[in-house]
Amino acid sequence: MTDLATYNFAYLDEQTKRMIRRAILKAIAIPGYQVPFASREMPMPYGWGTGGVQVTAAIIGPEDVLKVIDQGADDTTNAVSIRAFFQKVANVAVTTHTKDATIIQTRHRIPEHKLAEGQILVYQVPIPEPLRFLEPRETETRKMHALEEYGLMHVKLYEDIAHNGRISKTYAYPVKVAGRYVMDPSPTPKFDNPKMHRSEALQLFGAGREKRIYAVPPYTDVVSLDFEDHPFEIQTFDKPCALCGAGDVYLDEVVLDDKGGRMFVCSDTDNCEDRREHGHVGAMLAPAKEAAE
Amino acid sequence: MTDTPLLKVSGVSKFYGSRIGCKDVSFDLWPGEVLAIVGESGSGKTTLLNCLSTRLMPTAGSVEYRMRDGNFRDLYHMSEAERRFLMRTDWGFVHQNPADGLRMTVSAGANVGERLMAVGDRHYGKIRETASDWLTRVEIGTDRIDDQPRAFSGGMRQRLQIARNLVTGPRLVFMDEPTGGLDVSVQARLLDLVRGLVNDLGLSAIVVTHDLAVARLLSHRMMVMKDGHVIEHGLTDRVLDDPREPYTQLLVSSILQV
Repeated sequence: MTDLATYNFAYLDEQTKRMIRRAILKAIAIPGYQVPFASREMPMPYGWGTGGVQVTAAIIGPEDVLKVIDQGADDTTNAVSIRAFFQKVANVAVTTHTKDATIIQTRHRIPEHKLAEGQILVYQVPIPEPLRFLEPRETETRKMHALEEYGLMHVKLYEDIAHNGRISKTYAYPVKVAGRYVMDPSPTPKFDNPKMHRSEALQLFGAGREKRIYAVPPYTDVVSLDFEDHPFEIQTFDKPCALCGAGDVYLDEVVLDDKGGRMFVCSDTDNCEDRREHGHVGAMLAPAKEAAE
Repeated sequence: MTDTPLLKVSGVSKFYGSRIGCKDVSFDLWPGEVLAIVGESGSGKTTLLNCLSTRLMPTAGSVEYRMRDGNFRDLYHMSEAERRFLMRTDWGFVHQNPADGLRMTVSAGANVGERLMAVGDRHYGKIRETASDWLTRVEIGTDRIDDQPRAFSGGMRQRLQIARNLVTGPRLVFMDEPTGGLDVSVQARLLDLVRGLVNDLGLSAIVVTHDLAVARLLSHRMMVMKDGHVIEHGLTDRVLDDPREPYTQLLVSSILQV
């Protein structure tokens, strides 16, 4: 592509991209710190990933390969729309394969396939402030971040244990980044928290409505908060994926009928398809095949 | 008592524009001593207390505090981080309205434990043990540990607020009308409790009150304020039994006798 063709590339004008890139650079320089930025109106409603889309638009180039997931799936409304958006405004290559993508925009999940150096994971973040529902004053939470006063975060975990006997928070589980800032990893299940720790890929977080960008650079410590006698644990599942038989992945529950029938399947559809292609068969896939024959 | 004061206040003044909040207040507070600041409403008691506890920046003057290492530090020249650390470890602040000092939406146990977690305590079992110990000390049943303060009566909330402040073993506690808004029998129990705790822990305290009976029961020394000025200062019994200033005499004679 010529230089002219990449001018005002990918929906945003050059000034806006420059502003967002500056915010991203600052965010990478201070891991976990929420950098304010002048979030723009995007052609989609708030809550649909306006922050993530702006970050992606600011970093994407003609050579990039984009993957978009929503709840781990490539084929849900939000993912399809955002993928189509970038195909239209940037004409970039898109893929559903995690390992082929250079930029992955996500809403709730980190792909099961281990991310490699050079890949960028862009999160769509609804509420960037981990202290939001504990301390209502934004001026105060900023001060708490600045002075590293995070006792309140543990008050929340204490309450969980006091009422439920264990830390019952399952998503947006607070983490400490590089030993300094407490960060909300957006609504990802806590199952994915360990994947953030010393990840080889760059992780960028964009919150459009809240006008914040934050980042976790590659190979950065990301530690989930916990108590000594109530350590952090990820979710476990009784059964493996009903389609591909994977046991160490995050599963979605799918209701099959109104008689209590349900199945558990991979939330990461790409990973599930890949495993099935390689001959892995889950409990509920086999009879379906026979029926087809 | 040792021979060095805990807090040295000199020439603290606070002006709200041309209006006087408090003017030229100086005194020393000694370890284990309870000082009462009395006066009618609008006399500058709370302004002074807020200046001393660094919740408000005074227009002039300095307050020096003897840190645990024995060195005096000027409070108004400390960094905000240091000041806030001091406020949640070595100091306590008991508000008149417990809702201002408590987190109303988290349980009593977490309210007491918050300061412990803020200074880095990360063992749930130990935090809970300390919390229930403190609830017992302020006469709240340990079966209420998981209840939110909004389910508590006014007196219980005030006692919970005191426990929350004392859990880190502070050396200096500020109290702003600690018994305001409580009925007399609850007031009496609370005063009894505070007096016991102050004695047991060797706390220093600065108590702002308009209730002379509270000053009589709790304090060793008292200051009488009027229109932002300290007009009389002395041992509590001396001031109350032998008031010298006309205003203090008026104040003492206005106590309702039943």
